[in-house]
Amino acid sequence: MEFALSEEQELLVDSVSKMLASACSVDELRSQASGEITFSDKINNEFIGMGLNGLLVPEDLGGSGLGILEASLISEQIGKFAAPAIWVGNSVMTPMCLSNGDNKELAEKWLPKIADGSSTSGIAINEFISKREDNGLSLDDGKISGISIFAIDAEKNPDIIITVVEDELYLIETANEKIEISNLPTIDTTRVMSEIVFHSCTAHKVTGGKELIKKIIDSGRVVLSADLLGASQNMLDKAIEYSLERKQFNRIIGSFQAVKHMCAEMAADLEPCRSLVWYASYAQNDIPEESHLTACHAKAHLSEVSHDIARTATQVHGGMGFTDLLGLHYWFKRIGLTRQILGGPEIVRKEAAVSQGFLNN
Amino acid sequence: MDLKPSPEYIEFRKEVKSFLKDNIDMAGKARNPARPNKNELDWQDKLIKNGYAARTIPKGYGGYGAEPDVLKSRIIAEEFTNAQIPLGMANQGISMFVPTLLELGTEDQKQSWIEKTIKGEVIWCQGYSEPGSGSDLASLQTKAVDDGDDFIINGQKIWTSSAQFSDMMFCLVRTEPDAPKHKGISYILIDMKTPGIDVRPLMTMTGHAEFNEVFFTDVRVPKSNIVGKRGEGWFVANATLTHERGMLGDPNQASTRLKEIIDLMESETINGDKLIDNPVHLDRLMRLQARVMSMSFNSLRSLTASHKGLDAKMAKLIVKLNGCQLNHDLAGFAIDLLGELGTIYGKSNHDHDSGRWQWRYMFDLGLIIGGGTAQIQKNIISEIGLGMPREPKPMQEGKK
Repeated sequence: MEFALSEEQELLVDSVSKMLASACSVDELRSQASGEITFSDKINNEFIGMGLNGLLVPEDLGGSGLGILEASLISEQIGKFAAPAIWVGNSVMTPMCLSNGDNKELAEKWLPKIADGSSTSGIAINEFISKREDNGLSLDDGKISGISIFAIDAEKNPDIIITVVEDELYLIETANEKIEISNLPTIDTTRVMSEIVFHSCTAHKVTGGKELIKKIIDSGRVVLSADLLGASQNMLDKAIEYSLERKQFNRIIGSFQAVKHMCAEMAADLEPCRSLVWYASYAQNDIPEESHLTACHAKAHLSEVSHDIARTATQVHGGMGFTDLLGLHYWFKRIGLTRQILGGPEIVRKEAAVSQGFLNN
Repeated sequence: MDLKPSPEYIEFRKEVKSFLKDNIDMAGKARNPARPNKNELDWQDKLIKNGYAARTIPKGYGGYGAEPDVLKSRIIAEEFTNAQIPLGMANQGISMFVPTLLELGTEDQKQSWIEKTIKGEVIWCQGYSEPGSGSDLASLQTKAVDDGDDFIINGQKIWTSSAQFSDMMFCLVRTEPDAPKHKGISYILIDMKTPGIDVRPLMTMTGHAEFNEVFFTDVRVPKSNIVGKRGEGWFVANATLTHERGMLGDPNQASTRLKEIIDLMESETINGDKLIDNPVHLDRLMRLQARVMSMSFNSLRSLTASHKGLDAKMAKLIVKLNGCQLNHDLAGFAIDLLGELGTIYGKSNHDHDSGRWQWRYMFDLGLIIGGGTAQIQKNIISEIGLGMPREPKPMQEGKK
C-alpha cells in the first residue's frame, strides 16, 4: 500500500509547473480577459510540445497511456496558474470517451490526432446534466440539431465535438458541417465556455450508453476538482505571501492571530482535499466500484472548500484583494465557474446519494 | 500510488481476522472499563502475547517486541473496529506515559513501570493543566520544593481524567522557581496514595464528571521519581503531547459515527417517512461523508509518509483540529435527525438513542477545547505549517 506520488509523477508535475510558471503571468491573464487569444495559443502549443495532449490516449494510438491521476496532477497546475489550456474536454474526456467506446474506428481515426495536437476536440454534454428549456439537442435520421451550452474546449474551432443525445454519445466531425460556436460571457475570463448551435450535423455513434457517459463525466469532475485544488492552493499561498509583506500598526499583518487563523483554517480545509483528489483520481482507473462516488465527492467538496478559500484569501489581502491590481480575482472567478460546470455541488451530492441507494433518481 | 496491499499484509490481515474469530467470546467479556477487572486483564494479556496490544514495546519490558509497522497497526485497528472489539486497553498510561518513558526514562524506571502499565495492573493519570495554566501550560505553578531526598509538592491540577481510580500520576511541577518558565519544570511520578492528595470530581456540561481536580498539600515525592533531568520537564512533556494529539481526531471514529448515522436514518421515521428519504437530510449527510472520506484519505497519506520514515507535515498537523470538529458536527447532525427526541437526556419511554448523541455533542466540544484548543492548533498550523510568525509579546508583560 502506498498513497503517495511516484518519482515519475513528481517529475511530471515539476516540468508542467516550470513551463506554466514561465509562460503565465497576471498581465497575460489581463490581455486574455480583454479578448486577446495569443496567450491561450501559446499555452496550448507548449502543451503539444510537451506531448501532454496525448497523456490519456492509449500508447498504440500514439499517446502516453497514463491515467486520470496524472491528468489531475496537470490540472492542478493549470488551476494554480489559471492557465487558458484546453484540457478537461480535449485531453481528458475525449480520450476517455473514444478509447472506452465500442466504435473503434472513431478512436483510431481521431485519438492519434488528439495525441499529437494536430486536432482538437470539444465536449458538449452539459444538457445531460442540466437541460434547460432554451437549449438541447435532437437526433433525426442520423443528424443532430439544436443548441448546447457550456461546451468545454470548443472555442478554437475543434475538429470534432462529442455530445450526448438520448443517453448516447455521438461524435460530430466539424469539417463540412454547419455549426456556429460562440463564446459565453461568463465571469471567468481565464478560459472559455461556448455555445454551440448544430444545424443538422452528421452524427457518428460512439456507442457506450449511459454508463460511458457517466464515466466520462466522472473523469471530468475529478480533473476539475484538481483544477480547484490548484486554484485554491494558489490563493492560499498568495494570501500568506501578502500577509508576510503587508505592514499595519508597525507589524506584518501575518503576525496577527486574526490573520494567521484565517490562513490556518484555509490550510486545514484544503489539505485533506489533496488526498481526496488523489484518491478519486486513482479510483477512476483502479477502483471501479468507488470511482463514481469519489468523483462526486471530490467535485462537490472541492467546490465548497474552494469557495471559502476564494473568499477568505481575498479578505486576507484586504482592499488590495478587491482591486484589479493583483489579479487575485481571476482565481476567485475561475473557482466560481469550475464549481458550476459538469454539475454544481447540490446536483453532484444528489448523485452521490442516488449511487448509494439512498435516493431514487 | 498503489492501494493494493502486498501479500505480506493480506496474510497479516487474515491472521488478525482469524484471531478475532477464535477469541470472540473472550473479547466479549472484556468491556474495556477504565479500571480493569479479571476479564479485561486476561484479555489484555492475550492481546499482548499475540501482538495486538503493546505491539512495539520491547519484550524485556513485557511487550510483544515487534518492529514498528504502521500498516500492520492500521490493519489491526481496522479489523478490531470491524469486529466491534475494543483494541485492548486505551489509557493515558499506555498511550502517553509508556512512549515517554521508553524515550527518556532510566532503565530502572522502565523496569518498574512499563510492564505493569501495559498489562493494566497500574493505571495512570496525567497532571498537566492547572486552573491558571491551560493553553499557556508552561506557566504552571504547582510547586515542588527541594527537601533532602524528596520534593514537597503543593498546588492544584485540573482536567485530570481517571484520577479517581488511578494508582499513579505523571505530573509537571515547578522545581526551579527562579528559572525562565519553560526551564523550571520537572516531570515527576506521583503515587496517588501519598498523603496530602485530594481528588475531587469535576462535573462538566454533560452532567457527568469525566474529569477531576487534584489538590496537593505537602505531598512528599522521592527525587528519584523524576523522568528526564530536573528542570527539563517541558521537553519531556512535549514528547507525550505529540502522542496525545495523534490520538485526538482519529478518522476511524468519524467513519464509525457516519455508519451509525446512516443506520439511524434508515431506521427512524417521522410522519411515516424514513429520515433517509428526506433529501434535505441527505444533502447534509453527503457533505459530511465527503469530509469523513477526505480525512480517511488524509490519514492514508500520513500513514504512507510515516511508513517511509518521512514527516507528513501539514497532513498530520491538521488532524486534531479537523477531526474533533468533524466528530462534533456528526453528533450535531444526529441530534437534528432525531429532532425533538434528540433532546431527551435521561430515562424516558421516548428515548431513541440513550442520550448518546447529546453526550457526544457536548463531550466533543470539550475535545475541541482540550488537548490543545482549536485556537492553539491554528497557531501551530500557521507557525509550523505555513511559516507565519509568532504573535509578538506585549511590551509591558509582567509589569503592572
